[in-house]
Amino acid sequence: MANSRKLVFRRAAQIGLLCVAIFAFLGAGDENARFNDLGHRMMCVCGCNQILLECNHVGCNYSDHMREELIAAINHGDNDDLVLQAFIQKYGTTVLAAPTSKGFNRVAWTMPYAVLVLGLGVVTMIVRAWGRKAVALREAAGPTDPAMEPFRDQAQRETEL
Amino acid sequence: MPQLGSFAVLFALALSVYALFAGALALLRPDAAGERLGETARRAGVAIFFAVALAALCLVTAAFQNDFSLAYIYHHSNRDLPAPYKFAALWSGQEGSLLFWSLLLAAYGLVLRLRHNVDRRLFAYASVIIAAVQVFFLLLVNFAANPFAMMQGTLPADGAGLNPLLQYPEMVIHPPMLYLGYVGFTVPFAFALGALMMRYPGEKWIHVTRRWTMVTWGFLTCGIFLGAHWAYSVLGWGGYWAWDPVENASLMPWLTGTAFLHSVMMQEKRGMLKIWNMWLIFATFLLCIFGTFLTRSGLVSSVHAFAQSSIGNWFVAMLALTFAVCVAAFVKNRSHLQSENRLESLISRESSFLFNNLLFVVACFTVLWGTLFPVLSEWVQGHKVTVGPPFFNRVNIPVALLLLLLTAVGPLLAWRKTSFESLKRNFSIPALAAIAVAILLIAFGMRPWAEQSAFYSLMTICLSVMVTVTVFSEFVRGGRVIAGKTGKGLLAAMGRLAHNNTRRYGGYVVHFGVALVMIGLAGSAFNQDKEKEMGYGGKMEIGAYTLTCRSYTQDDKPNYRSEWAILDVTKNGKPLTTLYPERRFYKASQQMSTMPALRSTIQEDLYVVYEGVNEDNGRPIIRVHLNPLVMWIWIGWLTMVGGTALCMVPNAARVPLGAPAPARATVAAEAGD
Repeated sequence: MANSRKLVFRRAAQIGLLCVAIFAFLGAGDENARFNDLGHRMMCVCGCNQILLECNHVGCNYSDHMREELIAAINHGDNDDLVLQAFIQKYGTTVLAAPTSKGFNRVAWTMPYAVLVLGLGVVTMIVRAWGRKAVALREAAGPTDPAMEPFRDQAQRETEL
Repeated sequence: MPQLGSFAVLFALALSVYALFAGALALLRPDAAGERLGETARRAGVAIFFAVALAALCLVTAAFQNDFSLAYIYHHSNRDLPAPYKFAALWSGQEGSLLFWSLLLAAYGLVLRLRHNVDRRLFAYASVIIAAVQVFFLLLVNFAANPFAMMQGTLPADGAGLNPLLQYPEMVIHPPMLYLGYVGFTVPFAFALGALMMRYPGEKWIHVTRRWTMVTWGFLTCGIFLGAHWAYSVLGWGGYWAWDPVENASLMPWLTGTAFLHSVMMQEKRGMLKIWNMWLIFATFLLCIFGTFLTRSGLVSSVHAFAQSSIGNWFVAMLALTFAVCVAAFVKNRSHLQSENRLESLISRESSFLFNNLLFVVACFTVLWGTLFPVLSEWVQGHKVTVGPPFFNRVNIPVALLLLLLTAVGPLLAWRKTSFESLKRNFSIPALAAIAVAILLIAFGMRPWAEQSAFYSLMTICLSVMVTVTVFSEFVRGGRVIAGKTGKGLLAAMGRLAHNNTRRYGGYVVHFGVALVMIGLAGSAFNQDKEKEMGYGGKMEIGAYTLTCRSYTQDDKPNYRSEWAILDVTKNGKPLTTLYPERRFYKASQQMSTMPALRSTIQEDLYVVYEGVNEDNGRPIIRVHLNPLVMWIWIGWLTMVGGTALCMVPNAARVPLGAPAPARATVAAEAGD
């Protein structure tokens, strides 16, 4: 029983690692994909609060021009970081649609995951601690009537669906 | 009329103050005099509704009478505004919406006070707490944002008009639904706080508030989805959710409210998580107030927000006071909230609820964190940063996938303890179905290794299939038992099964609705869009569709001027339909608005926007979006509403099924959640 449980956990961990690896090696290649990717990582700065490639204001003084600048930067061969830096220099930090992963901005990204991990740890600890207490309480209550065991087993089976 | 309205809101405030203080005093005097005083407080509470309703009626009448001597009517209406929108003017601006909030709270309070015989003392506590909240909102309406304030100087001949974006049928029902959700959470909050203050024995307060909570949750769900549908149909950017602070404000209490609906079952059935549930409902109410604060204070910028005002300070004070009262009540009475049972196993229904709650709370925290981070960044770094969709999607999608997994697994777990064998037996079919769907999708061209969004999309669809199969297997398994015992057909037996335990099976229907919504959301990974200047006879291709411009035309209506394109659509060369994307210019407000044309099918939406004319060459510009699976979102939402309605149907009286059925299946069919 314990071995099969370990095996299941091991398999689950292996699948999890595989998924992480797939994520890590995912990436966009061609220029259209880069334009699409970078264009979705920036905001239009006209005040519409929309992603650059989703700004739908005809004659918007910013988005058309910004898109042209983005295409030019990609054609120029600048890497993603360089393109984004150039936009920050020109339009300010709010041009990025999400915080960078540098300095204090890193807190924005790490905090939700930290809360998740902390929460998972606390819940797991609570469940285990409660489980131990429940066992201790059962043991403290002394031996049960053997005649009741079949009924207990039946109840266990039935409540397991 | 304005004077009558002003008097009505002032009178309502006086009644609320009386209901609060007389009610509180009566609770401290457990004698006959206290009882009589309590009764007067209750009646004052009932009267609040009529006073606030009179005020709201005065405001609506002023809108219909074009009484521009009222500043609120001048700013949110005009003579040619269609009647439904004149009615909607009640909640279209800061002052009117606060009055509307007060009206809804008074209506909830009215129902509660009329049903006081269910449990007089508990209801008296809840009534006092609701009166306190009512006092706050009526103070705002009277002294900070008065909808009956008069215009200064010469009276204008016409109003400035309603914001064009709000002139859409859904905007007549979306805000009321959202407000019914926001305001409604005051009721379970009031019962929870009241039960804590009076150290109410047992879990009856949960039974009393169960339907209130579900109705409220249902309204909030409708409000959120109607808002998404409105954004999709009107804003013209081809999406339905942009992680805007105002959208986030509605999502946060929905997340904690959903967590509460799940975890409260542990308290009902096992007497566990009492402290957690208490704080969950406190947090939900506080988030409702916080959401209102976000929308109105100008703390964060949003396209939906009301005008900036000093009203935010009032909300900060209200939040601080409410939090202080909750903490004080908790500290004083926390011994009353001891768990009666302990969790016995990591693999059990209880622990699945715990993890589900954790994920909901983490999702809520993430949304809150992302919404407030720009403000925090300004404090710490001295400059704002944008926290937009890329952040929320990246952080929340994994949490949503975990939640979906739990939605699939949770119903298969037994209370107390589940063996691996049992889990394996019950979970194998849903898991195999999900794997089969994944193989099919890859065979039909999905490439989850090519892009992260495609990977998430595949995972979402597979887990949604898993949820769906779990839900149907629960129905079929229980239905078979009843069919075997009663001789009914399987469908009729499943109907009987659902009627026997509406809450459980209604919940499963909601889960099914969530799975449909998630499939719809997964489709967004494959959205396409194109923009082109199209003259007469111009063509544009997207996917299997070809759009040909037949002509452009114009119209002049009392409220707006419009111009629209007439586009013939073919699919794979066959004529399909004609679409009329429109662009309007509202005369009173001097603002433009788009009305996208939409051809929606179960497979995909063809969404066409007439963006206007290129100023350089005078050629019209058309933008087309091809959005797969969007209709699934709306179908899923309606399914969720249906499930919620089913939850509120009383259970059928249990009729013995005759000879004992096989034990395992009987329990599945008839036992509690």
